[in-house]
Amino acid sequence: MSKNSSYWTSNLKLVGLCLVIWFVVSYLFGIILVEPLNAIKIGGYKLGFWFAQQGSIYVFIALIFFYAKRMGKLDKEHNVHEDDE
Amino acid sequence: MTLQTTTYLIVGFTFAIYIGIAIWARASTTKDFYVAGGHVNPIANGMATAADWMSAASFISMAGLIAFMGYGGSVFLMGWTGGYVLLAMLLAPYLRKFGKFTVPEFIGERYYSKAARIVAVICLIVASVTYVIGQMKGIGVAFSRFLQVDYDHGLMIGMGIVFVYAVMGGMKGITYTQIAQYCVLILAYTIPAIFISLNLTGNPIPQLGLGSTMSGSEVYLLDRLDQVLRDLGFLEYTTNVRLSLTNMFMYTLSLMIGTAGLPHVIIRFFTVPKVKDARSSAGWALVFIAILYTTAPSVAAMARLNLIETIQPSTGGHLVYEERPNWIKNWEATGLLAFEDKNGDGMIQYSANAETNEMTKVDRDIMVLANPEIAGLPNWVIALVAAGGLAAALSTAAGLLLAISSAISHDLLKGVFKPDVTEQQELMASRVAMAGAIMLAGYLGFNPPDFAAGTVALAFGLAASSIFPALMMGIFYKRMNKEGAIAGMIAGLGVTLLYVFQHKGIMFIASTSFMGDMPQNWFLGIEPNAFGAVGAIVNFAVAFAVAKMTAPPPQEIMELVEHIRVPSGANAPIAH
Repeated sequence: MSKNSSYWTSNLKLVGLCLVIWFVVSYLFGIILVEPLNAIKIGGYKLGFWFAQQGSIYVFIALIFFYAKRMGKLDKEHNVHEDDE
Repeated sequence: MTLQTTTYLIVGFTFAIYIGIAIWARASTTKDFYVAGGHVNPIANGMATAADWMSAASFISMAGLIAFMGYGGSVFLMGWTGGYVLLAMLLAPYLRKFGKFTVPEFIGERYYSKAARIVAVICLIVASVTYVIGQMKGIGVAFSRFLQVDYDHGLMIGMGIVFVYAVMGGMKGITYTQIAQYCVLILAYTIPAIFISLNLTGNPIPQLGLGSTMSGSEVYLLDRLDQVLRDLGFLEYTTNVRLSLTNMFMYTLSLMIGTAGLPHVIIRFFTVPKVKDARSSAGWALVFIAILYTTAPSVAAMARLNLIETIQPSTGGHLVYEERPNWIKNWEATGLLAFEDKNGDGMIQYSANAETNEMTKVDRDIMVLANPEIAGLPNWVIALVAAGGLAAALSTAAGLLLAISSAISHDLLKGVFKPDVTEQQELMASRVAMAGAIMLAGYLGFNPPDFAAGTVALAFGLAASSIFPALMMGIFYKRMNKEGAIAGMIAGLGVTLLYVFQHKGIMFIASTSFMGDMPQNWFLGIEPNAFGAVGAIVNFAVAFAVAKMTAPPPQEIMELVEHIRVPSGANAPIAH
């Protein structure tokens, strides 16, 4: 059981890290800090506006694949992965 | 060839493909749909999930809303994509490990209670039916334009087609049909966007075009749009906040949590072969969704600019009504676009001032469909967009109707009330349930509570406040017991429904709204569409409080939770 509980703790840490990034790019950059960030422009995009309508979505995709990859590694390290057929 | 003929041809052709695939897949798959479904390549499965997920709200309605909301419309973009992060990390792998086929089934077993299962069925039906109302609005708009009839007739024809399609499309072969529908809808969405982006900015990639300068000028497209809107008295596009930042925060949160709580999306992750696949297939689904979602902001901004420049060809100039282009005439016929010559000069004045504005009705949901016509694109592109809108609406409506009917026939009838029901009776019950759901949603669709995307947002709020918290606590909080979960679901759904009904009317019938759809009565200035996040917080709080005061769940349930937290042994029963 202790083997599984250290697996679970590592999982929670990873999820926690991902959700912090998830929060920062959408709620923080896209909404809370949108006005100050809008002072910066990349091309025709105001930065806050860009995070809200483009950037956050790209980060979400990267996050899920990052999480899936790291979890696959965790599964193997703790020997709880599914049998490979 | 006229536009009408081209549209019939292209829509007819795509429908023939879907039907052909449905027949082919049905004939060639083995008895066991789930095994066959399990061998679908994860990328293909992601495409099917994307088609299931992207509905009339995403395709027809969202860009139109963003076109008029500007920055405020970001809530839809972030809300309907960010939920996949929650789904991939908090629910999908564990529900896959658990290995059941409906959401109420999980809730019933995790909380060792038939009552919990029944409450989950009710939450599922309330959220899904509301969602179908939103689809019906979109379908009504698409058919009214496509067949040149008014909205009500378009809606009735659409109801008939959805019924035939959902019953015939059935359980089998739906994955392959949805892959075809994804291809149709994504082509239909991106092709006009590429054309328009190329026209306006010279950059063929809409995501980059939106940040580029206008063709033959040094002015950025977004700056130009802000300028034009300011001149007409509207708020600036790129800084137009939706009510308040608090409201936008809650709106986004509500849509994200709702995404992770909608049964027809969750079900897709029950059928992937492995826990590992459940994690990455959420990522693939989001890739395919993001192709549309990152294009939508460009479609929105460019459509708004084109619309204004059509009506007002030069600064201070106005379009003469008698010389209006065909697309205005076509949409006037549907009743979704209206002009009133208030000052009698025979010209169209468009402004933010309600007294002098002569574009008295511009239904947001027509923007995406009208967009290629406004931009003067060739007929086949316009026809393709109609086909794409119908594909989006049909694939989602079918998925939702299956979720509703399985909840009634499998969870309620077989799981609770009549366990000895025969296979045929169960099938009959699911068809009757499906018909009932279409009738109810169609009836309510005659007077939808909001534009298609707004109605769908309500559905997400309902799912967010009821289903998501129960699922998440079931996995992450071992101590959660049936009393807590049931009380939480009832409180979350109850609070959200009460708030929505008091502002939008009971069952969305506006005349029964007892507090009016007015901002001054809103709690913390949060609009009803965004209230699901508050409902979810209430759900969590009530569930924790009740669980603390009542007995912990039995030992075997604690072990079940331990079991679903690790991927190994996915197909075996509890094997510790």
